[in-house]
Amino acid sequence: MLRIHCPYCQELRDEPEFHYCGEAHLARPEDPAGCSDTEWGTYLYFRRNPRGRHHEMWYHAAGCRRFFNVVRDTVTYNIEQTYAMGAQPAHDEAHE
Amino acid sequence: MKQVNRIAEGRLIDPNEPMTFTFNGRTLQGFRGDTLASALLANGIKIVGRSFKYGRPRGIIAAGVEEPNAILQVGATPSTQVPNVRATEQALYEGLVCRTTNGWPSVEWDAMALIGKLVGKMMPPGFYYKTMMYSQPVWHAAERVIRKMAGLGFAPTEPDPEIYDKINRHCDLLIIGAGPTGLAAALTAQPSGARIIIVDENPTPGGWLRFSDDQIDGAPALAWVQAARQTLSAASNVELLLKTTATGLHDGNFITAIERCRDHLEPTVTQGLARQRMHRIRAREVLLATGAHERPLVYANNDVPGCMLAGAVSAYLKGYGVRPGNNLVVATNNDAGYQAAIDWLAAGSGNATVVDARKAPTPSLITRAESAGVVVIAAAVVVDVVGSAGVKAAVICNYDAQDDARLGPMRKLAADIIASSGGYSPVVHLSAHLGHRPVWREDIQGFVPNPGHERLLFAGAVAGDFALSQSLEQGALSAQQALTRVGNDAPASPARSCRESIEFALQGLYLVPHPLSTAKAPPQFVDFQLDVSAAAIEIAIREGFESVEHVKRYTALGFGTDQGKLSNVNGVAIAAKALGQSMKETGTTMFRPNYTPASFGVMAGRDVGEFFEPKRYTAMQSWHEAKGAAFEDVGQWKRPWYFPQGDETLDAAVRRECLAVRQGVGILDASTLGKIDIQGPDAREFLNRIYTNAWLKLAPGKCRYGLMCGEDGMVMDDGVTACLAPNHFLMTTTTGGAARVLQWLELWHQTEWPELKVFFNSVTDHWATITLSGPESRALLAPLTDIDLSPSNFAFMDWRAGLVCGLPARVFRISFTGELTYEINVNANYGLALWQALMDAGADFALTPYGTETMHVLRAEKGFVIVGQDTDGSVSPEDLGMGWAVAKRKKFSFVGQRGMMRADCLRPQRKQFVGLSPLKPSYVLPEGSQIVFARPQSLPADMVGHVTSSYDSPILGHSFALALVQGGLDRLGEIVEVSVGPDRWEKAEIRSPVFYDPEGARQHV
Repeated sequence: MLRIHCPYCQELRDEPEFHYCGEAHLARPEDPAGCSDTEWGTYLYFRRNPRGRHHEMWYHAAGCRRFFNVVRDTVTYNIEQTYAMGAQPAHDEAHE
Repeated sequence: MKQVNRIAEGRLIDPNEPMTFTFNGRTLQGFRGDTLASALLANGIKIVGRSFKYGRPRGIIAAGVEEPNAILQVGATPSTQVPNVRATEQALYEGLVCRTTNGWPSVEWDAMALIGKLVGKMMPPGFYYKTMMYSQPVWHAAERVIRKMAGLGFAPTEPDPEIYDKINRHCDLLIIGAGPTGLAAALTAQPSGARIIIVDENPTPGGWLRFSDDQIDGAPALAWVQAARQTLSAASNVELLLKTTATGLHDGNFITAIERCRDHLEPTVTQGLARQRMHRIRAREVLLATGAHERPLVYANNDVPGCMLAGAVSAYLKGYGVRPGNNLVVATNNDAGYQAAIDWLAAGSGNATVVDARKAPTPSLITRAESAGVVVIAAAVVVDVVGSAGVKAAVICNYDAQDDARLGPMRKLAADIIASSGGYSPVVHLSAHLGHRPVWREDIQGFVPNPGHERLLFAGAVAGDFALSQSLEQGALSAQQALTRVGNDAPASPARSCRESIEFALQGLYLVPHPLSTAKAPPQFVDFQLDVSAAAIEIAIREGFESVEHVKRYTALGFGTDQGKLSNVNGVAIAAKALGQSMKETGTTMFRPNYTPASFGVMAGRDVGEFFEPKRYTAMQSWHEAKGAAFEDVGQWKRPWYFPQGDETLDAAVRRECLAVRQGVGILDASTLGKIDIQGPDAREFLNRIYTNAWLKLAPGKCRYGLMCGEDGMVMDDGVTACLAPNHFLMTTTTGGAARVLQWLELWHQTEWPELKVFFNSVTDHWATITLSGPESRALLAPLTDIDLSPSNFAFMDWRAGLVCGLPARVFRISFTGELTYEINVNANYGLALWQALMDAGADFALTPYGTETMHVLRAEKGFVIVGQDTDGSVSPEDLGMGWAVAKRKKFSFVGQRGMMRADCLRPQRKQFVGLSPLKPSYVLPEGSQIVFARPQSLPADMVGHVTSSYDSPILGHSFALALVQGGLDRLGEIVEVSVGPDRWEKAEIRSPVFYDPEGARQHV
């Protein structure tokens, strides 16, 4: 069972308080109507599935009800850092 | 009652406290402190089960958790049955009832054994895969036979009366195993004040020291163990949990450990105490001190009862005073095996011979053994066993370890017990639970935990350090290391002098060569529980399975409830040899939680029965119950389903309730509808983006129906939102969708539009909602409220604040029935009072309470959808004929707009929402029925849709249905065929989904 540091509550809490919400840093296109079906489909359905470092979004469902970002290794499950929505990860060369 | 094999007082038993128990109906006697296994051996019980595939008699092999054979059914009554109990772990209690789980007609005389050879031939490795390749009937026929043959017990037939607990724990250092390593670690760490938990699966600490004669600091090691136990028990910062097995090591140093609180006690005298307790331990550091399991040698007929582990023989002798025979032959490839022979003769008369595979065993050891009366035969191996229901003799032969070859003639050595010692397998299981593969160490011929496991410390035998002095030293060092990691002082621990009887020099030996080829020799068993022989492993490899993981799955090696504790290394070694590669190259299979089987009870803990899931009730629950309502679960909510009068059926009650609403007035408890309070200067803009329709012009006092779509353009929820004030809205959602919708709103606000000033709050439970619906609802409500109900002041889709029955209320004129309707919302604390007041006032109007079933019929007559019943995530607003609820010219591209413009959403022949009238007007189509345009000539048919809702309509006088049908809106008036069973079809006409009052006149009055 993971322990996750909520950047808003500033507390390390057990995993059952949180919901996993998929890949982080997915921005909705500025002009959806201007997207081709392919572009829109990519935004809607295509997700990274890396072996190793992954940027994820989590939701503190049984806590502050805030969404935030987590950098987690999908092999070791180690959580490298968590940070608020809208922020960028610290010291993060691997992040495109 | 004489216990034939009880020859002395054991260290762990109290001969002053005899206990009776029954085994297969026979009454036997043992002592307090016995395990079930030691008590059975004491009574001369040799056979404790029949083997899985071949029906061969099997006896007790081990003295601990690694036992593969002695798997018994324990329990005296139908509800207290416990299957899959390892006799070596089960403490004896007065009146214990147990029996073997296979063997017919009895375990001593088993019919299956007669045909076992035949059946075994019918079940080669890969049997399941091969059988499933044939047609289904073959598999089903085989399955019946297998189910009868297999079986390691049965589930209780009545509910478990026991209580199970869970407890959350936190500590700085968790030590798993209270053998010498674990105790040394705990003693070292204790003075630091760090919070320490030490767990051990046995009822007493000490590990293998419980059965040894080793000395620590000049005194028996057991005295040191006792002193350690006292020190640790007295320390306030240490928790010593015995009879507690660490079963899983999970992410973030989270360990599950199951304590068998009272499995050692008679069930009836311990009412009220939890049977088992799961400790959910969060540890800053974990030290594995789990020790090692001795592994057997693999020789022909090595499963005949009487073949045991050498260490187990010592354990039964020293711990329990049990010597299960007179003539012992020890087959060994290492020094440790000698101890069993020495202990055997120390316990009394008899013979003991050591057959050592090594050419030149340690001379001092030979001297010691021989001075104790043990005959030592070096450079020899036990090749085969004489006997079937019990060992009669060992067949031995000279052996050249250099070439792994058998030399010279074979000869028999009389024996009733053959104890083997093939070396030690570190108990690495927990270290592998997070995916770290154990690594092979050639020098100790065993797998040790992967050092890449950064978060885990391990010491002692599990790390390959088998000697007592090493265990104590490494245990202490590891504790210091752990304390340093958690930032605590790490006091040095005193060096201890040990006198050890045995060293662990070892010559690798796995499959003992037989004169016949492996395939033709009598079976040489590797996995006793699943009857996997060396020949089976070789067959698997011959058939092309080269990975040890594949060999495992093909042969079922290590798949039993013992998870291959004894068989793993032997199996890997035999596979490696057959593949012509090293152990390191071959590697081991993985170990996964749980280390030992865990009961469902302890996993569920207290979350059973009433505690399984919370129930949510509305404020009017007591009234509903008093009136005998039948209830329906909607999510966690209990909602009145219908209100039967007398012995009225569901159909009759719904018919009465429906007509009351259509012709008079009905009352519904709608409190469970999700309600979200939305406030802020940008609330309106937010609604405009999240809903498909337009919200910028909705004035205070007005309500609007809204459709919510996902970004794929598919409907995900609907509901009415009211404008309470320019910056204040109240959104309603479906009962089941409330939490999901709130999260959805938060998601968009927090991740995409944080600049919008808006807040959301769930107020579902704050309000009680009472719906008055029917043509007479105005007449009923008017005298009870100060709100002017005249249509000119309070029109359809308006809401007004005022007093109802003297209570402050918000009244919404919205309708889910198509009738004139007022939804009255009051503070939930007033809900029951208002309901009662309305019922009193409604007596003159025959005010009729109705439930969800009637609500469903009435809304369906109007063609109103229920999201999740009439939609399934692949239905767009256009498909529902609700294009009117999608704004075409909003400035902001609302959620779902781009999705519903995809080519697939615009193509013709999508499934569309329509009504169906069965041609048989009394027939109610089953919901979910598939629809075809014409009755098919052959299968599979071209299915063009399905029935989503279907009822009998009292007001229409016939049945009707709602459905999704391909291109349905262009097919109004056409007849379709609905599949209602095998070769059963019903015709129905496609029509508009609005069956009643299509003009909507009734709700507008």
